[in-house]
This record gives sequence, structure tokens and C-alpha cells, in this order.
Amino acid sequence: MLNIIRSIQASTRRLMMLAFLVAITPQLSIAAEHLSITGSSTVAPLALEIGKRFEKLNPGIRVDVQTGGSSRGINDARRGLADIGMVSRALKQSETDLTAHSIATDGIGIILHSDNPVTHLSDDQIRGIYTGKIRNWRELGGEDRSITVVNKAEGRSTLELFLHYFGLRNSQIKARVIIGDNQQGIKTVAGNPGAIGYVSIGTAEYEEQRGITIKRPIVNGAEASIAKVRNGEFPLSRPLNLVTRGEPSEWAKRFILFAQSAQVDDLVEGQFFVSRQH
Amino acid sequence: MFRGNIDRLVEPPLRLVGFVCVAILLLILLFLVKEAAPVLTSGGWRMFFADSGWYPMEGLFGILPMLVASLAVMLGAIVIAAPIGLGCAIFLQYYAPPVLAKLFRLLLSLLAGMPSVVLGLWGLTVLVPIIGSWQPPGTSLLAAIIVLALMVIPTMALASASALCAVPDSLMNGAAALGLTLRARICYIAITTAGAGIRSAALLSMARAIGETMVVLMVAGNVVQYPSGLFEPVRVLTANIALEMAYATDLHRASLFASGLLLTLIVLALAWVAARSSGSSKQYG
Repeated sequence: MLNIIRSIQASTRRLMMLAFLVAITPQLSIAAEHLSITGSSTVAPLALEIGKRFEKLNPGIRVDVQTGGSSRGINDARRGLADIGMVSRALKQSETDLTAHSIATDGIGIILHSDNPVTHLSDDQIRGIYTGKIRNWRELGGEDRSITVVNKAEGRSTLELFLHYFGLRNSQIKARVIIGDNQQGIKTVAGNPGAIGYVSIGTAEYEEQRGITIKRPIVNGAEASIAKVRNGEFPLSRPLNLVTRGEPSEWAKRFILFAQSAQVDDLVEGQFFVSRQH
Repeated sequence: MFRGNIDRLVEPPLRLVGFVCVAILLLILLFLVKEAAPVLTSGGWRMFFADSGWYPMEGLFGILPMLVASLAVMLGAIVIAAPIGLGCAIFLQYYAPPVLAKLFRLLLSLLAGMPSVVLGLWGLTVLVPIIGSWQPPGTSLLAAIIVLALMVIPTMALASASALCAVPDSLMNGAAALGLTLRARICYIAITTAGAGIRSAALLSMARAIGETMVVLMVAGNVVQYPSGLFEPVRVLTANIALEMAYATDLHRASLFASGLLLTLIVLALAWVAARSSGSSKQYG
């Protein structure tokens, strides 16, 4: 009888220990500071890398990055669902309640197959090609070869920037190939001498240096290069922003300053974006 | 008695496993319906068939061209894969010497298990430029059909082989005793007897072809339009979901889920017909 009571006592004690442990664990994890960042899928991989380095330098902080598009970044920052929003464009008139902190620039470069003799294209010519009015490279001083228009799938911010710059609607574009990411675009153009496409300038420059058979024509007199994007001379570019509403929290402020510092330049370039001028 | 006990012991966990499988399938369906609800309830599904094209940024959600493209790719693939697969099965079952048959079967199983993205890469870097040098841009309905056909041939061959294997020896032996040649036995006895099984093999291959995503995404060109020729680029429903889901919000997202629901229903229908057709083959036995 005594034995049974003793064993019951022991197990009760064990249970209480367990309950205590369970009770304090969430408090332990709350004790670690938490920084949530949501929004643009273009910025997210970069924010993730910066977050990792930030965590390493600041033990006790956890950076949580989630994607969902620039519109989610705006919404979450506005409603306080996230500490920081990611937006891969400049803020609109209707978004002045938020503050943008630019961390990098992304430029869109037009790419052609390297065998294509065409070296210059004007905005009007590109508009003509993408709307199907110009169908052969011969019309632009090139070889007698039909043009393969490569466009991006809906929802990509590169597509939005491209359409916005050229003043087109997506339904006006007569594409022959539609691609998802930059790599698929580069492979498609590299494998087709008549193709024209557009990708992030960083990616294009990197792949070109690796000897992939693509080249960047001069568009409307502007040379598409990382250097030109950095000093603001290349028109087809967009800022990558972290946005906050009102006065950001201490950690958010530190993260933004860190993301704008020269300490992350290698990460920015690793994602084929153009780093800030310091 | 002892055996009865084991049965009693084993039955509940087996029942549980079966129940979990069914429950997961039902939950997936439920999830799809829930996520697609904004489109389904507002009567928005009508725009799937009424809108002139697929331009979510402009509020146009016509999926009909992609549905037709999906069906065209599937039918094209099965038209190529079914005869070749059936030929493989007949060779395997009746003509191949035992050693060769073993090797051949192994090879087919290996092919059946090959990651589809590998085939897609091959298609993009080898097949597409070949077609493209002839009829640019190369990424086309034809490329998708060829790569998908290659993908489902092993499925078709292995499933038909097992259908042929199930043809009773007594029938084949009886026919041989009546003096029928091997060719006649295969044409008139084996294939007719195993007909239902072969049909269900074809239907399962079709289900696999219409559900395939990566391969088609890589080689089909993904332009949303009705397939007007073999060399025209097309976009299938699965590729559409894979291309846009990560970037979609609100109504766009809901309509992608709705097209996923539609695909699931098509695959379920194919599987149901296949099951019915192989079920009716039992009457022969």
C-alpha cells in the first residue's frame, strides 16, 4: 500500500516537473527577440541572407522572412502584421503613410543571342517587337530570321516593371515563349539565335561573363550594366525597398541600417542585384 | 485459431492506415474547395469559360485555352505511348528470351522511376533546339507531347505486361492446341482477353500525363492560347499553377486553386474509368 502511494507521489512529482518545463519553454522562446519581414519574393532571398548574418552578429534575435509579393509587404507593414515589409518597387502616391528604405537596385536588361548582329534597339523598336508589329530581325538591320519573343509569367515584378516602362498591357504582348525565372529565360535565349528576352541585369552580366551565348544590346542609348544602374543612368531599373510604418522598433531600425551598410554588399551581389553607393 | 488471432490483431492498424489514406485525399479535396471558394461562390467560375484570355493582372481569367492544351498534350502523348508501350509489353511477354526479358523489365522500371525533371532538361537542351532549328521557337505542343510520351511509355508497358500476364494459360494453351500461330494467339486471344487491363493501363498513363508539370513547363513554351498547330507553344493547367502560384494573391490565387481542383477531378475521373474497366475484366477469369 505504502509502495503504491510512494510511486503515485513520485509520478506526481515527475508530472509537476514536466508541467513546469512546459510552462517555462514558451517564455524562453519569447525572451528571444523576433523580427518579422514579409513581402516581395524578389527581395526575400536577399533579406533571408541578410537576416542570417544579422542573427549571427546579434545573438538573441530571430529574423523570420516570408514571401507573398510586394502587395503583401505593403499590407503587412501597414497593419502591423510584420515589423518590416519588402517591396520591389518605389512606393506609390497612395502609400505615403509608409517609409521606404532602399537596400539595393535591380535593373532589367534586354538580352539577345550573341550571334545576333543587332547591337542597338530603341524603346519603340522593343515595343514593336513585343506587340508583334516587328516580326523579323531583317526589319531592324539584322539577319533574315523570325523573332522569338520571350516574356515573363504573370505576377513577376520584372514583368510589371517592363510593362510599366514600355507603357504596355500584358494582353498586348505577342509572346512565343513564356518563362518563370531568370535562369530559364537565359537558357531559352542562349538556345535560340532569333530570341529576345529580359532578365535581371546582374544575372545577365554574370552569365555573359561565364561565356553563355547571350548579349545585352544598347537600349535607347543606355548601356545595360551594373555600373549604370548604380549611378542611376539606366532607366529600366527599380529600387528594392524595406518599408516600415511610423517609428520602427529598435531592432527593425538596426536591421535596416545593417541591410543598407557595406557589410552586406557581397550578399546583394550574390543575388545579382546592384548594391548601394556607400 | 492462432491465425484468426493474428488477423484480429492486424486488422485495426490496417483499417487505420486505409482510413488515413482516404481521409488525406478527402482533406486535400476539401482544402482545394476551400481555397477556391472565392471563385466558386461568387459565380466567378463562369469567367473561366467566358473570359477571352488569361491575364490576371487585367482581371481576365479564361482557362479554356489551357484546358484544351492539357487535353491535347495528354491525347498526343497517349497516341504515341500506347502502341509503343503495348508493343514493349507483347515483346516482353511472348518474344523476349528470359534473360533479355529480365533485363528489359529492369530497364523499363528504371525509366518509369526516372525523375521527370531530368527528362525535362533533356527536352529543353536537346529536343527543343532541334525542333527550333526547323520550326522556331521549338518550345511547342510537339516537344511537350514527345517528352511526355517518353515519360509514360514505361508505365504503359509495365501495366499492359501485367495485364497480358494475367491471361489464363489454359486459354493460350488451348489456342495453341487448336493450331493457332503465336501471332494469332496474341492478336485474337491475349489482347482481347487482356483488353480491359490494357485500356486501364492507357487511362492511368493518361492520368499521369495530364498531371505532369515540370516537364511540360520546361518544353511547352507556356503561351496561353488554343493549340492551333504542333509547332505552336501552349500552356497547360499544371504549368500555369507552377508558374504563377508563388506570385498570386486574392482572386488570382483562388482561380489557380480552382484550376487545380478541376485537374484533380479530371484525374479522379480517369482513375475511376480505369478502375471500372479493369474491374469488368474479372468476368473473363
